[in-house]
This record gives sequence, C-alpha cells and structure tokens, in this order.
Amino acid sequence: MLFFDMMRDPASLVLCAIALAGCSGLPGLVLRDGTLGQRLASVAALLSSLLALPSLLYLLLGGGEASFLLNWNLPFGPCEVALDPLSVFFLIPIFLVFPAGSLYALGYWPAASHSSQRSVTFFYGLLACAMALVVVSRNGALFMMSWEIMALSGYFLLVAEHGESEVRGAGTVYLVASHLGGAALLFLFASLFMITGGFGFPAAGSLAVGAGLAGALFWLALAGFGSKAGLMPLHLWLPSAHANAPSHVSALLSGVMLKIGVYGILRVISFFPERPLWWGGVLTVAGLASAVMGICVASAQKDIKRLLAYSSIENLGIICAGIGMFLLGQGTGNQRLAFLGLAGALFHVLNHVIFKPLLFFCAGSVMHAAGTRDLDRMGGLARRLPYTAFFTLCGAVAICGLPPFNGFASEMLLYLGFFGEARAGQPFVALGAPVLALVGGVAVISFVKLYGIAFLGEPRTAEAAGAHEAAGTMLAPIAVLACLALTGGLFPQLFLALVQPAIRGLAPDLAHAAVLPIAPVWFALAGGSVICLAAILFLFLNAKTKGRTAAASTWGCGYLRPSPRIQYTGSSFGAFFSSLSGSLIRTRITVGQVAGLTPAAVRLSYHPEETLLHRVVLPVLNVLGIGCAFVRRLQHGEVQIYILYIFVTLMLLLLWVH
Amino acid sequence: MNSLADQLLVLCLLINFAVLGTSRLAFSVRCVAVQGVLLGTLPALVHPFSWHVSFIVVSIILVKGGLIPVLIIRAIKKAEIEREFSPFIGYIPSLVLGALFTSLAFIFAAKLPLSPEHEGLLIVPAAAATLMSGFLVLMGRRKAISQVLGYLLMENGIFLFGLLLADAMPVMVEAGALLDLLVGIFVMGIVINHISREFSSIDTSRLSALREE
Repeated sequence: MLFFDMMRDPASLVLCAIALAGCSGLPGLVLRDGTLGQRLASVAALLSSLLALPSLLYLLLGGGEASFLLNWNLPFGPCEVALDPLSVFFLIPIFLVFPAGSLYALGYWPAASHSSQRSVTFFYGLLACAMALVVVSRNGALFMMSWEIMALSGYFLLVAEHGESEVRGAGTVYLVASHLGGAALLFLFASLFMITGGFGFPAAGSLAVGAGLAGALFWLALAGFGSKAGLMPLHLWLPSAHANAPSHVSALLSGVMLKIGVYGILRVISFFPERPLWWGGVLTVAGLASAVMGICVASAQKDIKRLLAYSSIENLGIICAGIGMFLLGQGTGNQRLAFLGLAGALFHVLNHVIFKPLLFFCAGSVMHAAGTRDLDRMGGLARRLPYTAFFTLCGAVAICGLPPFNGFASEMLLYLGFFGEARAGQPFVALGAPVLALVGGVAVISFVKLYGIAFLGEPRTAEAAGAHEAAGTMLAPIAVLACLALTGGLFPQLFLALVQPAIRGLAPDLAHAAVLPIAPVWFALAGGSVICLAAILFLFLNAKTKGRTAAASTWGCGYLRPSPRIQYTGSSFGAFFSSLSGSLIRTRITVGQVAGLTPAAVRLSYHPEETLLHRVVLPVLNVLGIGCAFVRRLQHGEVQIYILYIFVTLMLLLLWVH
Repeated sequence: MNSLADQLLVLCLLINFAVLGTSRLAFSVRCVAVQGVLLGTLPALVHPFSWHVSFIVVSIILVKGGLIPVLIIRAIKKAEIEREFSPFIGYIPSLVLGALFTSLAFIFAAKLPLSPEHEGLLIVPAAAATLMSGFLVLMGRRKAISQVLGYLLMENGIFLFGLLLADAMPVMVEAGALLDLLVGIFVMGIVINHISREFSSIDTSRLSALREE
C-alpha cells in the first residue's frame, strides 16, 4: 500500500526517476555482453524520462511543491531535497536530453566498435543523475557533492577517446577550470554558512545582508556558476571540451550542463530580498559581450563541433542578458521589462535545450558519415544524408532565431524588452536590441557556412563521397527534437506556460503584472504561413527544374575538368567576416615556400586561434610557469627529501604552538 | 615501579642510538624488535593489572617482538643485502643529530602542559626522541628495508605517547592500531618487492625516476 501511495505522488516519482537515471549504466558494467548493457541503459533512460516528464509537467502546471528530508549521518545539518517550480523547470531539460542522447548512443557509440562504451554509458547516467541532484538539493554540502560528481562524470565522458593527446589536453583544461569554479562555489557556501549558521539554503528572499557582503556573494556566484555556464572570459575550457567529447556527450554537456550554471545564478539571486541595479547591469553587459564574442569566434571556426560549442557560448550569453534585463527591470520598478527579461531567458533555456542537442546529434551523424570534424573536408552531404541535412537545416534556422522555429519566439521577447521598454531614465537599455540583432546576423553567417559547406556542393574527399545516412535510432531523437523546436516556434504559449510558474517562483509579484505580449493565434498563423511559403517555393522550384537537370557539377563554372577542390571552403566563406573580427580571432596560416622552376608540392594549412587564449592567457601562464619553476624543484622525486619536508613542517608547527 | 619503567625507557633511548649508528640491517632489525618488546612490557609496569592491559602487553610483544622482525629478516635474506651502503646522512652525523634531537625532545617535553600525574615521567621525552629518530632513519637511509625500520621506530614513539592513555583506550582501538601497523608492514613489503622488480635494486633513491618531468 505504501508503495502505491508513493507511486501516486509525482514528487516521489521524480526522485525515483533520478535514482533510475543514476543506475542506468550499472548493468552494463557487469554484463559480459556490452550491447545488451547499452540497450538496458537506454531502456532505463527512456523509462526514467517517462516517469519524470509527466510528473514534472504535473508539478509545474498544477503548482505543486514538495520537499524531502534525507536521513544522512553527515555533519552538515539537515539534508533537504526540494522540488519548487525553479528546480522542476530545470529538471525538464535533463529528462529531455538524457534519454534522447542514450537512444542516439545506440547507433553512434555502439559497444561493438567502441571499447569505452561501458564507461561512457555508466557516466552518462551518472551525469544526468548528478545534475538532477544539483538542481533539487537545498543543502550546500549536498549541492557541492553532486556538483563534484557532475563535474567528474563530465570529465570521464569527455576523455572517452583518451588515446588522442588533444582529447587528454581538453580534459585537463576542463578539470582545472571546473575546479577553479568549484573553489569559488566553496567560498560562496562557506560564506553562506557563516551568515546563516547552517548549510541549508536560505529561503527565497530571506537573506538580508549588507550591500558589500551581498556584492561579494554575487561575484562568487558569478565566478563559480558563470564558469560552468561558459560566460566570457571564463569560457576558455568550453570549446575544446565540447568539441572533443563524443557527440551525444557534447549534446548533454552543451544542452544541459551549461544550464545548471544558469540555474545556480538564478538560485543565488533568489536568496536576496533586494537585488541591486548594478547586478542587472553586470549580467546584461556580460551576457551581451559573451553573445557577440562567442558568435564572432564561432563564425571563423572550421571544426563543426567547435562552431557549435562557440555558438553555445553565444546562447548562454543571450540567456544571461535576459536575466540581467530581469534584474534591471526589478531595480528600476519596470515590471514589464523584468517580466520580458526573465521570460525570454527561461524560454531561451528551453529552446537551447532543444536545438543545441539537435545540432550536436546531427553533427555526430555527419562526423560518423564523413569521418572528420573538419568542415572543409565535407561537402555534398545533403544528397547522401537527406534526413540529417533536413534536420540540421531546422536546427540551424532555430538557433539563428528565425521564424518559424522556437529560437525566434524567445529572442522576440528579449527584443521587445530591449526596444520597447527603454524608459527615459535608462535609454541605454535600447542599445541591447542592435547588439542582439548583430548576434543574430553573425549567427546566420555561421550557420549558412556550416550548412552550405557541409551539405551542399560536391564532396571534397572520398570519405564524404561514400557517406551514408545514419541509423534509425540516431534519427529518431533528432526528429523528436526537431518537432519540439517547430512546436515551440508555432505555439510559444505552450512553452511559456512552463516558464510562467518558474517566474512566479522567482518573482511572485511579476506573474500578475505582465501578460504575454504574443497573440497566440496570429503567431501560429504567421509561422504556419512561413512554412507554407517555403513548401510552395520548394515544390515550385522542384517542378521547374524537373526534366532538365544540368549534367555539370556544382561550381563547374565552365571548366571541362572541375575538381571539387575549387569550391569555396568554409574558411574562404568566413574570411571576410573574420577579417572584421580580427581582434577576437586570428587565423594562423602556415604555408611552405614555392621556389625554383619546378617547385615541389607545397602544403597550406590554417588554424583559427582565439586571441584571448593564444595572445593573453597562454603567454601569461607561460610567464607564470617560468616564474614558478623553483616550485618544481621542490618536487624532487627523492622519498627521503619528501620525508624531510614533513619533518620540517612538523617542527615548525611545534615551534608555532609554543 | 616507576623507576624500573624509567630505566626501560632509557634503554629504549639507547637503542635508538644503536639503530642510528649501525650499517648492518639484521642488527637494526633486532634492535627495533628488542625495543618493541621493552615497550610492550611498559604498560604492565605503569598501569595496575587488568585483563585489558595484559592483552595489550601480550599482543604487542608477539607482534613487535616476533612477527614483524621475522617478516623483515626474511625479506633481508631474500633480497640478499646485509648492509646499508652510502646513506644520505652518514652514521656519525646521524648519531650527532640523534643526540641533538633527543635533547630537544627533553626541552620540548618540559614545556608541554601535561596533566600532573604524567609530569616527571620519562615517557613524553622518550616518545618524542624515538619519533624523531624514526624520522632521521627515514630521511637518511636509502634501502627500502631501512625505510621500514624508520617507520617502525616512529610507530614505537607514537605507541609510547599512547601509553599515557592506555587506561582510557578501548581494546578495539589498540587492536586497530596493531592491525594498522601490520598492514603497513605488508604494504611496504609489497612496495619493496615492486621496487626491486622494477629497478632490480631496492634503493629508494631510484624512485626519483618516477617523478613527473
């Protein structure tokens, strides 16, 4: 009876789903048959999501809250786990992307051809479980433990191909960055402990502290959570980590783990009853700067996954700017601005959770087919991977913020906020709109490049020419995500209904103050007509060219013996724009000398290099490394000398006690 | 009674010097074993009779005086080494440093805020001196077996401190400490085995090849 009562309670169902997700990879560790273990893990993932998603929707729409007190014997005070609207809202992405990625992995990372499959499957479940625990925990100690498990499982996932030194390097950088962020969080929770006298989170709006202390806590949260969310300039770990992980892992890291950083910022902000105006300013400026710089750097990339990773930085910047707008609105008493900012930010969280994994899955299929991440070695894939090409197009349109997909709906809220709500007191708020427009424009450049170079034209290599469509288990999650992206674009009020309770949880006074600025019927009609127009144009052009297909290859340009290598490359497509953003990203070109009457073959290669990393951070680290060389001499290698260190320390301590 | 205990403690201090000043490994092992037996009898002298104390005495004498020395002697025979050649700190300097540390230990013990019933006993300075001699052996010798001996000396020092509390100490804690020691010796035995297999010698200074460049 007790069991059935528990099963009727949605909150307990969510907790069961979290546990199930964590255990999903366990059978695979002990089973001899790797394929069976992987299938079991996927079934468990789907089951956990079937348990969790309806319960989450029920909790969110029904306004239910639940809190549990775990009985643990650790000296960190009562361990509370709670499901309030904000937590529930951030649990949705986890249980959306985790089963999708699990299913995708069946085709993408099969046990037969990948020896690391067992560990990847296990840590995939553990990562989902740890992220969910981070979101539900209300105790600083439990939060940090889950945070650490999350960071470490992420590390083990992204070094799946640790045979390659590039992957190992990316893993090390990720580990260092994530622990630096973790150190900031430790300071944050330690200070909270000093203030409240316990590790339990203070209730919303109950942390009344002086302005200086509140500011310090805000900066700590921004450093810790901002580095996880990949805000510039704390983003340096992100591109290489997301590019080198297996694609379904990148989808989870980029689609969900970055949002945990956003959750952290929102949670910490919710502690304070008064949120100073400058917090909003800082977040807006940081967000817009990340968005612009992230997408500019993305436009110069030639690695398909690196491009997507930089575009994640852009999207997280947009979300952060929305949160900043919310704080600005609250600080100046402009309820509508606050509402638009928060609604836009949370809506964009949901949207990014949908289209970023979609694009990473597609990128995975492309890499699977073409055998490379380099855009300049692909080409002509649309004819060979028609479904993947179509879904990539959907994702690219969505991520550029164009109608009729969901990216447009959330960015429109932010545009409305920046443009429509600039009051006499703060006219500078309006400056956000052109910045956002610039971001959208550069995003279009980047994704036209991604789609055009990879899918159109002629294949540039033999591998690209022999590419084949991905398996059904890989296409199914992609199709589901694409449908969700379209739904969000046509019927944004469905997603906004999910956002509304979370807004109520963060700022109770806002929910009544503002109404949705979108007339649902007109929005759906306009979006639908865009689709119809596109379909009509497609059919018209198709009919027009039918029967008289040109025999010459694309880019033939009248040559008799055209080679695919005379096509535009991704780098040449982006060359003009990268020349404009030269202060952010530089392309290092290495070319051999052509000499003599019969020159030998000469190679040319180019690597986009981020200025901040290669001109600022790495040189500074080098100088620091030289300066600290004497520390390395302490690491002697002689056991006896190490014992001497212990002895000297002991003696000094004894003297100090005296 | 206490005068006899103090005489035993002085003997312990002298054994420290014997270990510091000799190059023959087998002799050092025997010295440490004798020290262990002396220390094992001490609880019987400073505390009134009880089953608890007698259990401690018997088990410590068995382990420190019997089991561990036998294990080490066997390791020495197996590795076919007799002497510690060219230590980092020579024997004469070791003795001088040992004397210095012993006197420092007496000064230190005099300044410690001890409870009245422990004042005037030799236990605290002897414990500190033995501990530091152990450190000295650990720092100064190359061979892995000498490292084990240094570790044992240190443990003897710690045990002496524990004597002050033997009444208050439950049997489980005592047994746990002994088990710790035994496991420690086993681990070191395994480490020695691996060092000798990897570097075909048991010179610990070869371990510096393992450091990260």
